Amino acid sequence: MSWVVVVDSGGGNIGSVRYALERLGARSILSADPATIASADRVILPGVGAAAPAMARLRERGLVDPIRRLQQPLLGICLGMQLLYESSEEGEVECLGLLPGRITRLQPGPGVRVPHMGWNFLDKCETPTGAPGLLTGIGERDQAYFVHSYAAPLTSDTLASTSYGRSFTAVAGRGRCYGAQFHPERSAAVGSRLLANFLALEA
Amino acid sequence: MLNGLSRRIVPCLDVRDGRVVKGVRFRDHVDMGDIVELALRYRDEGADELVFYDITASPQGRSVDRDWVERVSRAIDIPFCVAGGIRSVADARGVLNAGADKISINTPALERPELIGEIAEEFGVQCVVVGIDSLRDPDGEWRVRQYTGDPSRTQALARRTLDWVVEAQQRGAGEIVLNCMGSDGVRSGYDLEQLAAVRAICEVPLVASGGAGAIEHFGAVFLQADVDAALAASVFHSGSIRIPALKAALREQGVPVRQLH
Repeated sequence: MSWVVVVDSGGGNIGSVRYALERLGARSILSADPATIASADRVILPGVGAAAPAMARLRERGLVDPIRRLQQPLLGICLGMQLLYESSEEGEVECLGLLPGRITRLQPGPGVRVPHMGWNFLDKCETPTGAPGLLTGIGERDQAYFVHSYAAPLTSDTLASTSYGRSFTAVAGRGRCYGAQFHPERSAAVGSRLLANFLALEA
Repeated sequence: MLNGLSRRIVPCLDVRDGRVVKGVRFRDHVDMGDIVELALRYRDEGADELVFYDITASPQGRSVDRDWVERVSRAIDIPFCVAGGIRSVADARGVLNAGADKISINTPALERPELIGEIAEEFGVQCVVVGIDSLRDPDGEWRVRQYTGDPSRTQALARRTLDWVVEAQQRGAGEIVLNCMGSDGVRSGYDLEQLAAVRAICEVPLVASGGAGAIEHFGAVFLQADVDAALAASVFHSGSIRIPALKAALREQGVPVRQLH
């Protein structure tokens, strides 16, 4: 059976991601070791906190290039997805650059409070350029649990978008690199389906 | 304005010695059942989030017992917040690493407001909830109360609730839970006046707490006080309000709520 490495990025939601994998019957190990990560069948990059310290931790641990070089399926979750892009306005930091685009802050407005916290809709895109499989079984008006203050732009990598003040990328995919802005580990059946789809991608 | 966000229904489970309990006006706690069992029941019924309050932690000066946090995290796939006795970044890390999505601080934030910023800096504002117990004084001002888990130690502070809401946000609170003590446990409805006053100065998500007794109280608090979430305990534990019926009623009133599959 294949196994998943959850990158120990020092964030807070690592436990819950691993428990979600456990509920799906998948084995995972937590690691910050470049060789272990490189040898995984699948890699998940979780993340809670801020972009600049998270990138600093990946650099300190020598994980930036090993993650950039991964050929196997990679899934960034929440901040972990934001780190896949080129840069973030949060702390003006250069990120992994696996997906083109820059992460920017959500703007508060009438009825739009930041952080964006709670259940919002996933609007699947018509013609995704990558990742046919990741959103299989997830319906047009399914909802997922978001908690974030920064977001990725809509690009050709956007597989699903969400609206909160503006539209942003909720699920991204390019080649074998994927991201979910929401927390699949806390998004009930919808999140579980996305994780199951990720586990079913050819390793 | 583009906005697909649903309003949240949040059952609150008061925890004492690893069991869920419920009291009236913070007193006379009775056993309501096993934590994981209740958490799963609410998840199945469509709760959007859960809050676990360790009601004995803060007065006794100890940190929250973490075994049950991990048990809950293993079992459920909706977000949950843990409150009670989190006094340091290390305490917060322990609870978050055990699988909680958010931590809520109340008394320790009043004792040392810097704690809000310290936790926000380490883990992000999205996981820092500031809980506020508030009561109107005879002079008409709402003021913050402390050590509310223990009636013998509950103190009145000079701090005005509205001032504290502003300060908590400036220091890095990502969400505010306003527990209106005057209406708590008596099921006569949320304190709409106080919640609307706080809403007007609260730019982060605001959660209403205290007073839910009937389905119409939820509609009122969303439509009149514009809160992002409504928290309740006894009406859910007793079964007098079931979440599917509550959500159906809210949807009819035009309040956007999450629908289960």
